[in-house]
Amino acid sequence: MKPFRRVTARAAVLNRADVDTDQIIPKQFLKRIERTGYGEFLFFDWMKQPDFELRRPEYADAGILLAGRNFGSGSSREHAAWALQDYGFEVVIAPSFGDIFRTNALKIGLVPIVLPAEAVELLMQTVAGGASLTVDLETQQVTGPGDLVVPFEFEPFARESLLQGLDDIALTLKREETITSFERSHAAPVDTTLLPA
Amino acid sequence: MAPQTLFDRIWTSHVVVEPTDEPALLYVDLHLIHEVTSPQAFEGLRMAGRRVRRPDLSVATMDHNVPTEDGPITDPLARRQLDALRHNCEEFGVPLYATGSGREGIVHVIGPELGISQPGMTIVCGDSHTSTHGAFGALAFGIGTSEVEHVLATQTLPQRKPKTMRVNFHGELPPGVAAKDMILAAIGQAGISGGVGYVVEYDGPAIRSLSMESRMTVCNMSIEWGARAGMIAPDDTTYGYIEGRPGAPVGAGWERALDEWRSLVGDSNATFDRELSVDVSRLEPQVTWGTNPEMVVAVHGEVPDPSDYDDPAEREAVERALTYMGLAPRTKIEDIAIDRVFIGSCTNARIEDLRTAAAVVSGKHVHPSVRALVVPGSAGVKRQAEEEGLDRIFTAAGFEWRRAGCSMCLGMNPDILQPGERCASTSNRNFEGRQGAGGRTHLVSPALAAAAALAGHFVDPHAVGNAA
Repeated sequence: MKPFRRVTARAAVLNRADVDTDQIIPKQFLKRIERTGYGEFLFFDWMKQPDFELRRPEYADAGILLAGRNFGSGSSREHAAWALQDYGFEVVIAPSFGDIFRTNALKIGLVPIVLPAEAVELLMQTVAGGASLTVDLETQQVTGPGDLVVPFEFEPFARESLLQGLDDIALTLKREETITSFERSHAAPVDTTLLPA
Repeated sequence: MAPQTLFDRIWTSHVVVEPTDEPALLYVDLHLIHEVTSPQAFEGLRMAGRRVRRPDLSVATMDHNVPTEDGPITDPLARRQLDALRHNCEEFGVPLYATGSGREGIVHVIGPELGISQPGMTIVCGDSHTSTHGAFGALAFGIGTSEVEHVLATQTLPQRKPKTMRVNFHGELPPGVAAKDMILAAIGQAGISGGVGYVVEYDGPAIRSLSMESRMTVCNMSIEWGARAGMIAPDDTTYGYIEGRPGAPVGAGWERALDEWRSLVGDSNATFDRELSVDVSRLEPQVTWGTNPEMVVAVHGEVPDPSDYDDPAEREAVERALTYMGLAPRTKIEDIAIDRVFIGSCTNARIEDLRTAAAVVSGKHVHPSVRALVVPGSAGVKRQAEEEGLDRIFTAAGFEWRRAGCSMCLGMNPDILQPGERCASTSNRNFEGRQGAGGRTHLVSPALAAAAALAGHFVDPHAVGNAA
């Protein structure tokens, strides 16, 4: 994972609640076996609608997405996070996220930031015309036009992982001996290799 | 020791290590794998030169994009993905139930069917409906592809301990009202983000009286209100379902397992972070009218009017949903005509679901303007249904009888709605385009889907006769 410290980019506004991962990337694009190339299919059906927010010219090169509550609810498809990142988003800011989406985003370095609804609303108003924001994970602040400063909380371990771009599988594998020793005292309830073929 | 919930017990016994300032490392007892969310994970292992740590705790099947009609796969992308799964399972030694093996099926149907979903286990799968297995008193939850790779490589997952919630279903469930109606009503009450951050334990007399398969329907939809997982404490119903299945312990091992499972039930004085109560005594069959499962109403009710909502954001969401669904405010649910019926999915495609639907349609015929589909949840369910003659009841009534798979629940295979088509579906998601771009999905129970197929519009299953 590429380390993330800060980004200054235009922010796009998608002020809808409960945007599910089926909207972010519809099922017909989940048949690919690659991790890349999903950006062009982001919000595939909504992008066909002329008044869809993300089609506004001022959002063309946006790197930050301001979204409504419960963003990324529904399906576990990591393709949703891949598509947002591949499209060019580095940060998504919302009052809340679907649980699995949030984890998926963290795993690939797409930074999910939770802010109170009023703070997200304020950011949305601030950038309505296509202004830029700076998201700094080190100082845990969003800054913008004028002297706008919005601090945010971030779970310390996840923050460190993002800042350093850590490979969490490698981290876990450093504990391989501990896992092996756990397995010695934890009898496996099932053995799938013994099931009928 | 402080009083513990079922969740606390499972969590505690699966923590490998809990380093200071880091998430706990949770051990995974069973990893279920399918073709859609695994190829990039296997590729990740290959690129890093890693192996699958415990192939004996992993099992794969083909379900999401398999065609349900006879004949070869015509979609080259779907075929490539299925070939990739077969190749990956061979290379990494993971047992696979491929199409045609006779034991394939929807991953959340075959786990229980094989007897490998058991009380006290931790079960994960790259699929949000993994919560289904929580019906056995397991901690089961959906994960993304990066986490699939993590589990393949380490058999563990770094996890923050979630909060706990108990949902108490009290009152006696009226006849003809199903587990699907219970969970839809609960989601309608709590809202689709009401469960975010929680592991939910479903309890109460109405849960205790449910069969194992109905309990799976309830747990299956936990993710539809955002819950991390849903679970039900095991009891004799659970043990009776598991006993004798291929993966179940036998002999002295069975007795040992029973003792262990009985000790899992939470302490009566254990506390939850949140409690929710749902009265089912006057519950009616439910029908969703909008574009998420919270937008639900009784079959005798009507579609809401956006002007009833004070909150502008809420009003706008209702307006948008009604526009997408092509419905006028205050339309009576029973006046809504349908084009398609789908009886299937990991929510409602087990043998009891098919028996219920078959009982409704037996000796009757599907409405001429409706095209109706039954897709059994697994090859095993299909076989069983055919032994019982259910397939002949369905086909005589004008239903199409298909092979097992996820099918029209998410439309990754050729089974999709056309734009504007309206479907009564026993599946779990009514999101925009879920069953095909522009398609309109209404979530219902198997009995209601069957009744709607006959009537050509939504109707109380009681109204068409035959229903239990």
